[in-house]
Amino acid sequence: MKKIRTIIGKEWAEVFKNRLVLFSVIFLPLMLTILPLATIWGMSRFPASASSSVSTEEIEFFGDLCVGLTENECVMVYTLSLYTLLFMILPVMIPVTIAAYSIVGEKATRSLEPLLATPITDIELLTGKAIAAIVPAILATWLAYFVYAIGAVIMLGAELALAYVFAPVWVLAIFVVGPLMTFLSVSIAIMVSARVTDPRVAEQLSGLVVLPIILLLVGQSVGWVVVSRDMIYLIGVIVLILDVVLGFITVKSFQRETILTQWK
Amino acid sequence: MIDTENLSKQFGSHTAVDRLTLHIGEGEVFGFLGPNGAGKTTTVRMLTCLIGPTQGRATVMGYEVGKDSQSIRRHVGLLTETPGMYDRLSALKNLTIYAELYEVPDVPGQVEKYLRLLGLWERRQDAAGTFSKGMKQKLAIARALLHEPKILFLDEPTAGLDPEAAKLVRDFILEVKAQGRTIFLTTHNLDEADRLCDRVAVFNQRLRVIDTPQGLRQEMYGRQVVFHLADTAVPYQPTLQNLPYINRLEAIDNKLVVALDDPETHNPELIRLLVSAGANIQFVGELRHSLEDIYLRLVNES
Ligand SMILES: Nc1ncnc2c1ncn2[C@@H]1O[C@H](COP(=O)(O)OP(=O)(O)O)[C@@H](O)[C@H]1O
Ligand SMILES: [Mg+2]
Repeated sequence: MKKIRTIIGKEWAEVFKNRLVLFSVIFLPLMLTILPLATIWGMSRFPASASSSVSTEEIEFFGDLCVGLTENECVMVYTLSLYTLLFMILPVMIPVTIAAYSIVGEKATRSLEPLLATPITDIELLTGKAIAAIVPAILATWLAYFVYAIGAVIMLGAELALAYVFAPVWVLAIFVVGPLMTFLSVSIAIMVSARVTDPRVAEQLSGLVVLPIILLLVGQSVGWVVVSRDMIYLIGVIVLILDVVLGFITVKSFQRETILTQWK
Repeated sequence: MIDTENLSKQFGSHTAVDRLTLHIGEGEVFGFLGPNGAGKTTTVRMLTCLIGPTQGRATVMGYEVGKDSQSIRRHVGLLTETPGMYDRLSALKNLTIYAELYEVPDVPGQVEKYLRLLGLWERRQDAAGTFSKGMKQKLAIARALLHEPKILFLDEPTAGLDPEAAKLVRDFILEVKAQGRTIFLTTHNLDEADRLCDRVAVFNQRLRVIDTPQGLRQEMYGRQVVFHLADTAVPYQPTLQNLPYINRLEAIDNKLVVALDDPETHNPELIRLLVSAGANIQFVGELRHSLEDIYLRLVNES
């Protein structure tokens, strides 16, 4: 247990001196908070056609999203759900940079060999590295979401904001599915990190874990899918299963000797 | 302390270490000498449980490599070929991390002890990356000593250091030696092995020879005495020719080179004989072969 703490402390001491990591932990959430707030602000200042009701085509496109709303409100709510989905990129993207460096970074600086010579177990090492990546990612996501929510309340009024930004489905998405996704992306990034020889390759490969979310985002924005509560549940269950499976594989496939003696 | 039996390591079809059998006693400084690619690092990695042997077995402090790996890791210290410090972190932080990982009882005390020993206490907050190569190497050795291991593995501790830094590190190794630790030191520097080691093994994929540096010299060349004369030595060769205790005799320019087993006993007589034959002796000395001669002969023999 103490060794896990040592590893976490070491990772944070080291990783937060790395500009690239700082950038991803600070800049990305910042951007994803400012962007939606700016959009809402813009929309609330220039309402499209204030009171016309939603047309039939629009009902088809938005599904049950807009029942009982004006067209303007509907567009806003739709935009918000799009952005909230965009928020799901955060818990996946932020930890990738940290986790992708975790093993291959130490290999590149040659600090892995003395580290593996200490009486630390694989589980302790991997747990420490994983937590070091997961915790800042989740905190940064929640903080960004919190700021975004406050901004939404101020601009939309509490009622609309509560109904859509804080809708239970999104709370579930951010506070439960998000962390599950973080674990998944960290598992993948560590696994990749243990297999490659170049830190940059590790980051680029691990970055691909964000693709499914982008697809979902594109799907929603062109109207193929509407992210509903059931869908979030489904995603949550799938991610949970993947978490268990990939977590297991990551630990099992951590072969000290192979990692240490990878030959170009 | 370290015993191996036919210890071997194969990488694919390439044999890096071939049936190595060794016995190293407590408190011994053991030099593992070989050219680049000889398999020194591979051997050290096997003995410190970083990689597994493909054949044979080894015990370190009675623990079996591959079975009690965790116990071995707890009880040995390792200086890897490259120090692998966390360059962005301070010297203090670097040592603290390792003291914790090695479960040292008094982490701050032990870290302070070694930082002071290295004369780095004042610079403890400086990033390890700012240290000179020699200091970094000493810091890395200290890192390997934090848990006071009985056995210390040093993989090429002075490779790539300038002479001054190398001396710094070598002196530190002598201090560690004086504390009675067993040291397994790999090097391709013969002079270093000669100065630091109680015994040396010449190794190149297989074990070539193993002895004390002095023993190696004798074994390969016997003992030799040189007589420097004021003029050419050839006329005096017959004077010594038929003495029973002389193994070999050679006259080169103004030097007579005599190989014999016990120069302490027989030199006085040789000097008397030469002087009475009219030789003007300028110097008498023992011819010491450097370890390098031996090494080159062995490594090139294969
Ligand atoms: N992981 C590896 N895969 C394949 N060959 C290796 C590996 N590590 C070392 N070797 C080979 O094994 C031999 C011994 O290497 P090494 O132990 O590093 O030698 P030394 O430390 O004496 O310079 C070399 O020929 C090297 O190319
Ligand atoms: Mg080597």
